[in-house]
Amino acid sequence: MMRSVLPVLTVVGVIVALWYGAAVWMNAPWARDQAARAGVELSLSELVADTMVQERPVLPAPHQVAEGLWTGVTGQKVTSKRSLVRHGWVTLSATLAGFAIGAGLGIALAVSIVQSRAMDLSLMPWAIASQTVPILAIAPMVIVVLASLGIKGLIPKAIISAYLSFFPVLVGMVKGLRAPDAMQLDLLKTYNASGIQGLWKLRLPASMPYLFASLKVAIAASLVGAIVAELPAGATSGLGARLLSGSYYGQTIQIWAALMAAAILAAGLVAIVGLLEKVVLRKMGMAR
Amino acid sequence: MSLHEAPAIEAKEVSLTFETADGPVHALSDVNLTVARGDFVSFIGPSGCGKTTFLRCVAALEHPTEGLLRVNGLSADEARRRRAFGYVFQAAGLYPWRTIAGNIRLPLEIMGFPREEQDRRVEEVLELVDLKGFGRKYPWQLSGGMQQRASIARALSFDADILLMDEPFGALDEIVRDRLNEELLKLWARTGKTIGFVTHSIPEAVYLSTKIVVMSPRPGRITDVIESSLPRERPLEIRDTPEFIEISHRVREGLRAGHSYE
Repeated sequence: MMRSVLPVLTVVGVIVALWYGAAVWMNAPWARDQAARAGVELSLSELVADTMVQERPVLPAPHQVAEGLWTGVTGQKVTSKRSLVRHGWVTLSATLAGFAIGAGLGIALAVSIVQSRAMDLSLMPWAIASQTVPILAIAPMVIVVLASLGIKGLIPKAIISAYLSFFPVLVGMVKGLRAPDAMQLDLLKTYNASGIQGLWKLRLPASMPYLFASLKVAIAASLVGAIVAELPAGATSGLGARLLSGSYYGQTIQIWAALMAAAILAAGLVAIVGLLEKVVLRKMGMAR
Repeated sequence: MSLHEAPAIEAKEVSLTFETADGPVHALSDVNLTVARGDFVSFIGPSGCGKTTFLRCVAALEHPTEGLLRVNGLSADEARRRRAFGYVFQAAGLYPWRTIAGNIRLPLEIMGFPREEQDRRVEEVLELVDLKGFGRKYPWQLSGGMQQRASIARALSFDADILLMDEPFGALDEIVRDRLNEELLKLWARTGKTIGFVTHSIPEAVYLSTKIVVMSPRPGRITDVIESSLPRERPLEIRDTPEFIEISHRVREGLRAGHSYE
């Protein structure tokens, strides 16, 4: 345990130290400026102290971000507009809905591609092309078009989130479903097994390690999709909206606190999928 | 000729040519062979002699480009649809996510046997290959030899007339292989199945077979078919008898005649 904790703590320590250095360096001009206007001289220690406590720093110091995160989470009722729990939940619900749609779509498309050569030839190029279009260009269109149809709130965000998350699942599952070797396929042939039987008995179970690897990528992509979907069209809640309003009003601490909340959320989601992977693969005798 | 009197395997002028980028490869050339029901026939020869290809043709995993091939009096494809044979590969190929019993159950599930029948047959073949009590284990908990026995049980579970085995013991050490050969003979005696067995070991072929098909490469063809004079009951010690040595010698001669040692 200590062996793995020590290197991680070292890296965190280095990052925090660099961060403090950068905060002093980037916030110092404003502090000097203010001092010059007031007609006072700042000593070095006063200057450094000032860069740590500015209200709208260029780069907030780590403890300011931590404080912003803490008050955002615990400082008010979760129903408050300033609560990060509320905003986080809005984003999380869109992320989970988008992930469910994306993963389902990815698996379904992968199955059809592996089962049918025509689908393989016709579908795969489109799937790849879809990922070359920047999500930032598509998100506003989806939101506006759906809003004109009267669909607002969770659904449009989930669709954009699914747009990002289906692809890794599709690619991973195509590889996974094709993982069984020629001998195992021949064996099923000698049983005169149907394509569906081959899918259920061999291809799907054999693809599980690939599925979980791609789900980990997909759930992180889902979160990115949900946040991006909150940026256009003036959404008022969600971590993306929090980022956007922070940047409108120069609330850098708010931006960083929302960023950190998103990062923690992403890490948590990936960890949950990872745990699920361990349990399922161990149960299936496929743990590595 | 009624279906039940038809030979298990009948090949007339069977040829198979693969078209490759470097020109045609003659994997099989004019193969003529009749295997009676209940025979234990071994195919022996160096790599590239077409022994595995021929077995795959019988299983309808490959299709001859010329000639006639009948399995139980039917075309190979028809025989496959009727599930006329069980196939054992060189690797056990058990599914890691299924228990041993689950693996043996696989063909039974695919073929739609009722649940109680599945359970009964799994128990039966587990006993047949001497793996009684190992049904709940997972493949990784078993040795290589035991895994291969489980794969034989899997091929036996649906009680096909013909058992096709493609170098099933090739990856095992000699001590394990001796034991499995002995068990295979007992199993053959108990079940009365026709067995097609690919090997590149002369003692293995002579010990097991009632009929030994010697093959040679480029093009893949039969150079000799030896009807064994050994009795059906064969203890391991039979390998030291003059008769055994004489048959081994003839196999070796057949291989030499096909320039297999070049």
